[in-house]
Amino acid sequence: MGIFDKLKQTLKSSFGNEKLEESLSKTRRGFIDKVVDVFTGREIDDDFYDELEELLIQGDVGVNTSINLVENIRKRADKERIKTSDELKEIFASEIAELMGTEKTMLNLKENQLNIILVVGVNGAGKTTSIGKLTYKLKNEGKRVLLAAGDTFRAAAIDQLKIWGDRNGVDVVAHQEGADPGAVVYDGIQAALARKSDVLIVDTAGRLQNKVNLMEELKKIKRIIDREAEGSLSEVLLVLDATTGQNALTQAKLFKDTADVTGVILSKLDGTAKGGIVIGIKSELGLPVKLIGTGEKIEDMQDFNPESFVGALFSGMEDETNE
Amino acid sequence: MAFDGLSDKLQGVIKKLKGRGKISEAELKEVLREVRIALLEADVNFKVVKDFVKNVNEKALGQDVLESLTPGQHIVKLVNDELTSLMGGSVSKLDMSGRSPLVIMMVGLQGSGKTTSSGKLANHLKKQGRRPLLVACDVYRPAAVKQLEVLGKQLDLPVFSLGTEISPVEISEKAIAHAKEYGNDIVIIDTAGRLHIDEALMDELKNIKEKVSPKEILLVVDSMTGQDAVNVAENFNNLLDISGVILTKLDGDTRGGAALSVKSVTGKPIKFAGMGEKMDALEPFHPDRMASRILGMGDMLTLIEKAQTSFDQEKAKEMEKKMMKAEFTLEDFLYQMEQMKNMGPLDQMMEMIPGMNKAKMGDMQLNEKEMAKTQAIIRSMTPGERRNPSIINGSRRKRIASGSGTRVQDINKLIKQFSDAQKMMKQLSGQMSKAKKGGKSKIKFPF
Repeated sequence: MGIFDKLKQTLKSSFGNEKLEESLSKTRRGFIDKVVDVFTGREIDDDFYDELEELLIQGDVGVNTSINLVENIRKRADKERIKTSDELKEIFASEIAELMGTEKTMLNLKENQLNIILVVGVNGAGKTTSIGKLTYKLKNEGKRVLLAAGDTFRAAAIDQLKIWGDRNGVDVVAHQEGADPGAVVYDGIQAALARKSDVLIVDTAGRLQNKVNLMEELKKIKRIIDREAEGSLSEVLLVLDATTGQNALTQAKLFKDTADVTGVILSKLDGTAKGGIVIGIKSELGLPVKLIGTGEKIEDMQDFNPESFVGALFSGMEDETNE
Repeated sequence: MAFDGLSDKLQGVIKKLKGRGKISEAELKEVLREVRIALLEADVNFKVVKDFVKNVNEKALGQDVLESLTPGQHIVKLVNDELTSLMGGSVSKLDMSGRSPLVIMMVGLQGSGKTTSSGKLANHLKKQGRRPLLVACDVYRPAAVKQLEVLGKQLDLPVFSLGTEISPVEISEKAIAHAKEYGNDIVIIDTAGRLHIDEALMDELKNIKEKVSPKEILLVVDSMTGQDAVNVAENFNNLLDISGVILTKLDGDTRGGAALSVKSVTGKPIKFAGMGEKMDALEPFHPDRMASRILGMGDMLTLIEKAQTSFDQEKAKEMEKKMMKAEFTLEDFLYQMEQMKNMGPLDQMMEMIPGMNKAKMGDMQLNEKEMAKTQAIIRSMTPGERRNPSIINGSRRKRIASGSGTRVQDINKLIKQFSDAQKMMKQLSGQMSKAKKGGKSKIKFPF
């Protein structure tokens, strides 16, 4: 059974998930149509590999990852004496699947204890919106959720989180604008422990990863969490804007170094959604994507499933093959 | 993940060819491959890169790069010039002609920084003596109206809002009437973030445009945007015929290749750059500096300009004299450190220096702390002690240490370093005066 059949099966089993398919269809239209073009009925020559590399770069996969990926495919093609581009498709798909992994990485939430989720990211990545959607998702899974408004810097960020709290019917622990985020987190933890909440989601101010003082502030927040509720910090999630280019890798690296990020929320995937960035982050930093934002509505967030993600990426190609 | 500058990379390629001086056409191709990768790493759209490299190749062949004995530098200069001219050559300003009130519309994707930029732009115009009115047309994102109101309050500027129940088209029309009535000569409309493929919301922008006929439509673009910047800019421009671009979050460490992509698909100039979270962190966009940044070649011009604005020229001359005479005191030293701080964070300044990159800057953070410590120590001294450190005895040292929250060893170290530096200055000034007579010394200033 070829990888495409396998992917197609995965696709069928995991795609009661229309929303993902719908949001990814844009990705396919742009990105995969071109992949198909490159792969269909072509002779394998230098131009072919150049075009493939360009295609990956265009998908924001990252220059290094793209070059390596193409190099691997080239080696395998030589070794396995593959002559036509159609045969190469499978190799390409399996190489990408390998980089992305096939394990579904879920949020690591423990039963019968407080789970703290710290949400970090650069300005405008979509932290507060993602928290609103994540709250809705966790509530639907039967969790008692509390929010802490740790973005005390940006104008009206606290109000923004409070509106999401109202929409979800959960309480928001907040101080005044300009207050110490550490103090907000402290109060949030005390409130969550007293109420026996299952999950406390902490919003933080957007910060560019090269602002050392602001990054140090994240460390302080983490220290407070460790001190006041040891063992409760279940996830540190980095929110990444899907439209971000190569800088996303630096973001992921520096936030991982300072705040021990455990996973990524890929936001705004409904827009341009090349998705390539995810491959780079997984393969170069080993950081899994755990959740994706696929729209502006409260229910537009879901678990990230690499297999169906890769499958969705290639479903356009699969159709082409069958025709 | 530190990028090496293009010049570093090209040097690497050219080193291989060293000893032969001139390069062949095939070798030029290899060099241009490095240019291509550098631009792609900087997030310049691959199509734009393709055209660009082709262009540079032709020019390189036309000019005598192949004949040049320093082909690497020649190519870097060529690339740099080409980038600069592609990005518009010189600084481009707002069009302020026409009848009052002038309307400026801010548009862009979610999270690109429209509201913050609206505030900054209003502040910028206020400083030029204008009376801007901010208009809250983002009725979709929770608390967006509130955000603009808070910014207006901070800046002491009026904000026009009608809540979130009224259509943005109607809000902007009423805002214009309001501006006329209250004598605001500029109206800045903050619209909601939207995807360039969201037809309904894009139509809304079109409707606003028809109703208020804005003088400027500024597309706000996150400088970290990847390959897709091209699609976003193209769609917004096709629909709205934008007049310019604001590039935000340039205080980050992105190379900002999106700037080039956006400019080359729309042909519209980048008018401003957002350089920080404070309301005065909006600067005119300089294409030449951006070119250097995209290539990772540092930004000496900005550094020099910063130094010029933050350093008092008179004082600087005086300081130079003092150094020459070796009369430099701890007080002067403190002053100089304060001046340095005025220029901004040390690491940001270092990044502007060509050839400096993250890897080489490893210890910068430490140095900044060290500097703060030194400042604290000097501030805990009496004026007499600052002028004449030799009077600082044991008990004074103890007092200074407890005053500055440091240890006596730190005080000892500073005094030792300072007296060493003084000695060196004496030697130097001796040599300098000799050099002036003899005219052939190569000693340079330590500062």
